[in-house]
Amino acid sequence: MTAKKDLSAYKGVWVFVEQFQGKLTRSTLSLEILGEGRKLADKLGSELTAVILGENVEETAKELIAFGADKVLMADAPVLADYRTELYTDIICKEAEERKPDILLVGASATGRDLAPRISFRLHTGCTADCTELDIDEDKKILVSTRPAFGGNVMATILCPDHRPQMSTVRAGVMAVPQKDESRTGEIIKIEVTAKEEDAQVKVLEVKQHEASAQNIQEAIRVVSAGMGACSGDCFDQLKDLAKELDAEIGGTRPVFETGLISHDVQIGQTGKTVRPELYLAVGISGTVQHTTGMADSRTVVAINKDPNAEIFKFAHYGIVGDAKDVVPQLIEQLKAVKA
Amino acid sequence: MKIIVCIKQVPDVTEVKWDENGSLIRSGLPSIINPNDKNAIEAALTLKEEKGAEVTVVSMGPPQVEEALREALAMGCDHAVLLTDRKFGGADCWATAYTLGLAIKKLGNFDLIFSGVEAMDGNTAQVGPEIADFLELPLLSYAESIEVGDGTVKIHQKMGDLTRVIEGPMPALITCEKELNVPRIPRMDLVFECFEKEIQVLGMADVDGEVGNFGLKGSPTRLRKVFSPKRAKAQVEFLDGTPKESSQKLVEKLQEINAI
Ligand SMILES: Cc1cc2nc3c(=O)[nH]c(=O)nc-3n(C[C@H](O)[C@H](O)[C@H](O)COP(=O)(O)OP(=O)(O)OC[C@H]3O[C@@H](n4cnc5c(N)ncnc54)[C@H](O)[C@@H]3O)c2cc1C
Ligand SMILES: Cc1cc2nc3c(=O)[nH]c(=O)nc-3n(C[C@H](O)[C@H](O)[C@H](O)COP(=O)(O)OP(=O)(O)OC[C@H]3O[C@@H](n4cnc5c(N)ncnc54)[C@H](O)[C@@H]3O)c2cc1C
Repeated sequence: MTAKKDLSAYKGVWVFVEQFQGKLTRSTLSLEILGEGRKLADKLGSELTAVILGENVEETAKELIAFGADKVLMADAPVLADYRTELYTDIICKEAEERKPDILLVGASATGRDLAPRISFRLHTGCTADCTELDIDEDKKILVSTRPAFGGNVMATILCPDHRPQMSTVRAGVMAVPQKDESRTGEIIKIEVTAKEEDAQVKVLEVKQHEASAQNIQEAIRVVSAGMGACSGDCFDQLKDLAKELDAEIGGTRPVFETGLISHDVQIGQTGKTVRPELYLAVGISGTVQHTTGMADSRTVVAINKDPNAEIFKFAHYGIVGDAKDVVPQLIEQLKAVKA
Repeated sequence: MKIIVCIKQVPDVTEVKWDENGSLIRSGLPSIINPNDKNAIEAALTLKEEKGAEVTVVSMGPPQVEEALREALAMGCDHAVLLTDRKFGGADCWATAYTLGLAIKKLGNFDLIFSGVEAMDGNTAQVGPEIADFLELPLLSYAESIEVGDGTVKIHQKMGDLTRVIEGPMPALITCEKELNVPRIPRMDLVFECFEKEIQVLGMADVDGEVGNFGLKGSPTRLRKVFSPKRAKAQVEFLDGTPKESSQKLVEKLQEINAI
């Protein structure tokens, strides 16, 4: 290993903020991490800095202060309009080497999982991936990151004691979006961008944004969730009717996403979203840990499954053993009856 | 064209079983080539057939990783390199990328490096991008399709709610998604042949690195503890009867707790 760094020189919490066309991304992940970063910075008695790169991002930078940042490091240039690994890595590494943050948090989004490892390798530091929990060790004042591994079958708590910055990527939907406070003040620091388009090795030829689902499933109060046992015949269509009747959003398991019946935005579980609605109705879902990590904190869970031994019943408050094709239409009838 | 494919041997975590106390039973999981890495092998073999390429698979791990390398040879890869040394043990992503990066440098003379997006055991998706940084290569991640041009390579990149088409010069590192292809089954004739092929074995002394950068010692991250996630928390109340009766009961219950 290279000579031990003087760790006391590293101060403050940085959060990398993702933008799309100058605005905050549709996903609230960056704000969730900003809220968490605020908590960590307060525990350490240090500053929270948001880092944003893009084109025409000044307005967004101001917003980040309202969301809790003390400082915003901003690089604003046409060459940064589209996310590109090397350009973004170069800038962030240079700033980190100069300004020496103690902690650097990045979203575990596609962009963040592309960027964070490249930064951590170059800075010769550790990066804990896909964290669902962050804390500060009271004694050592270091970051304690917890993450699922082995496809969600185990949780691991990981430290980065001797290298800086301590890096983690954070999964979407596990931390709360902070309140916006327009009265907050802070400083925007402009980073001079020297990179030119000719320097960029990778060219972005086309960008297509997929249609957003009508509502963010993580904000839904009620979720009707489809498993493979609710996908044959008209069953899935009936489930949609049931969702309508309950004023619920439709979500589902990964295999259901793979069949194309639902979009990835509403896949629930380890490689999808984490939800905690008031009511979670699981229909034809077996209940593997990869799925249940994404829904186990729901207030009330109802499971409908034809197999009385299905794992999902271990997570349910109410269970109906039966064929979804028979139960779902009846449930719609009964809901209509009480409304009438 | 020369292509290097990084493959990892992993326990098949879809086969995980739990004991009656809700603890993970770790032993006895079958070892497989990481699924994304099979897509990476298939992508390389497709290019081999279409454009002509020499495909080398590289894996770091304990000696039994040889099985995974033989399987890759039986799929049609030309050469295999096994990075094995006690000193490599306990490596995190940084140390893994460092070791693989050094080995690839030593092999030299490549046009493309493929890795999987993510390994199904560690699930970090960090090793590919880190190798790219070590070797100072353009990184083309999350490839759903790969098109090799004249000195350049273009991919369809699956990026969350975006799909992008990006292009970079070769050599480059590409991380491979499952949407890329359907991996082939090893060919019977090659299965026999693959046992005769020599696997190049490299240890720490062969890859010219700094001793302190390998394995556990060279890993910036430290595992503090590993535990099972919370399971089984609700006590289920089964609502019996015909579909109509049980539905009726459920609606009543949900009304009682103001869930509807
Ligand atoms: C790395 C990794 C990540 C993963 N991430 C996720 C994730 O984020 N989210 C996720 O959901 N999965 C994820 N999975 C997949 C997960 O392991 C399971 O395969 C998946 O959750 C099972 O989906 P399912 O319950 O819909 O289907 P199945 O397991 O096929 O279960 C179907 C269920 O329906 C019941 N059934 C069948 N017919 C009927 C009927 N007519 N009426 C009533 N019940 C019926 C059956 O009894 C069974 O319990 C992941 C896997 C891996 C390896
Ligand atoms: C429970 C647990 C949690 C962990 N969490 C972290 C963490 O947060 N951060 C961290 O730095 N380390 C972590 N590690 C260590 C990490 O799993 C190993 O360093 C591993 O070697 C690489 O990570 P991965 O399995 O996630 O691979 P990924 O980065 O997901 O693999 C991506 C691709 O890289 C290639 N690749 C990966 N490993 C090899 C190999 N040995 N040989 C050839 N090609 C390879 C493959 O093409 C693979 O598809 C953790 C380990 C455990 C047991």
